[in-house]
Amino acid sequence: MNGFLDYYNFKPVAEWIHSSLCGVMPEGLALFLEGLVVAVVIILLYAILAIALIYMERKVCAFFQCRLGPMRVGKWGLLQVFADVFKILIKEIIKLKNSDHFLYELAPYLVILASILTFSCLPWHNGMGIIDFNIGIFFVLAVSSIEVVGILLAGWSSNSKYTLIGAMRSGAMMISYELSLGMAMLAMVALSGTMSISGIVESQADGWNIFKGHIPAWIAFIVYLIAGNAEANRGPFDLAEAEQELTAGYHTEYSGMHFGFFYLAEYLNLFIVSGIAATVFLGGWMPLHIAGLDAFNQVMDYIPGVVWFFGKAFLIVFLLMWIKWTFPRLRIDQILTLEWKYLIPICLFNLLLMVVLKVYGLVF
Amino acid sequence: MNFMMFMVAIVAALLLVTAALIIAKAIGPRSFNKQKGEPYECGMLTRGDTWMQFRVGYYLFSILYLIFDVEAMFLFPWATIVEDLGAAALTSVLFFLGVLILGLAYAWRKGALEWK
Repeated sequence: MNGFLDYYNFKPVAEWIHSSLCGVMPEGLALFLEGLVVAVVIILLYAILAIALIYMERKVCAFFQCRLGPMRVGKWGLLQVFADVFKILIKEIIKLKNSDHFLYELAPYLVILASILTFSCLPWHNGMGIIDFNIGIFFVLAVSSIEVVGILLAGWSSNSKYTLIGAMRSGAMMISYELSLGMAMLAMVALSGTMSISGIVESQADGWNIFKGHIPAWIAFIVYLIAGNAEANRGPFDLAEAEQELTAGYHTEYSGMHFGFFYLAEYLNLFIVSGIAATVFLGGWMPLHIAGLDAFNQVMDYIPGVVWFFGKAFLIVFLLMWIKWTFPRLRIDQILTLEWKYLIPICLFNLLLMVVLKVYGLVF
Repeated sequence: MNFMMFMVAIVAALLLVTAALIIAKAIGPRSFNKQKGEPYECGMLTRGDTWMQFRVGYYLFSILYLIFDVEAMFLFPWATIVEDLGAAALTSVLFFLGVLILGLAYAWRKGALEWK
């Protein structure tokens, strides 16, 4: 259809790598090597993104509060996060008295597992999604809820009242907001007609979902941002870590790198929420096309998909950070009221609206 | 290929956590102190049982969550092919949604959605 979108397609490259590897070694070994490379890429990307996001959060927060943020370590404080990572690595991991030790050790594994599984579902580029099931969005919703189990285990097993209450609050909030997250996705699945992540991106070649689905898509987008912010345990929804009442919530008793995993997962969940929003509502790696302006569309096609994806994802990351540093924290009854009395009825109504518009052909 | 990548992602997650923990344990200092393993309550000695009673409201919300989550699971296949099924399937699903909305209205009326 248009040259550059095909030119940038990664799928033929992956197939070429696979076939040429199979030429020089048995297929099992080739698959093993590819798997190893993918695993290393996932871990590296995960770590680099976490460092970038933590630096960005500190700078954005500082500028919102008329400060400079980290400035001492490296130019503009660029090495600050590396120093922090090293510092957290050399801290002692404390063994607690009377804690449920097995569950205490298991909880960071579950939190990181949920976060990496959803992370590998993101469509980085044309044909570059790592996991691309035909039930993609459903899979993302399913594995992202493993995180709640990790948080509940962390709070339960730590043998402290603060962690127990923090985990319970966090659990109640996260399972509640998963509903409106799922229902916002449901409306967008109805619009796209597919659950596969690459399918959803490709269905937006002639216009992003947010333009194609007009009113119901905008409602779903706003609901998704609110619920996603709550899922990532951030912003005005960080009542599990309400410092004044619960010290650090469910990870009060975790020290050193153990705590680092929760911190890592929190920032990556922010990116995953933004990445899924960019995929489902803003077209993933699809460039911006305006019907009728062929020259403009050609120029937009020239920009690689990976730039589009990261641009959109970081735009939403910035939006969520803006929300976090603007609004005061909500109380738990306000959070549950917002979800059950406002968002769920809105989502059900929005789903019906989207489906009626889709069936009668009123969306583009 | 997808299932292989699924396994690869799981292995990557386990590898990341295990490797980081091994490094941290290898280069981190270690000291022994009687008070170190106590629960942290901002300097005060902890009193009573840690695994204490908490309010039943959490349980109520998790039941409600279960109902609506299963409902969303049932709706996903229908939403995927809603265009091909057309208006007839839409009216059938309306009954399903209607029962759920009635359930939510009932829970609301009974005060199950209040955090008391």
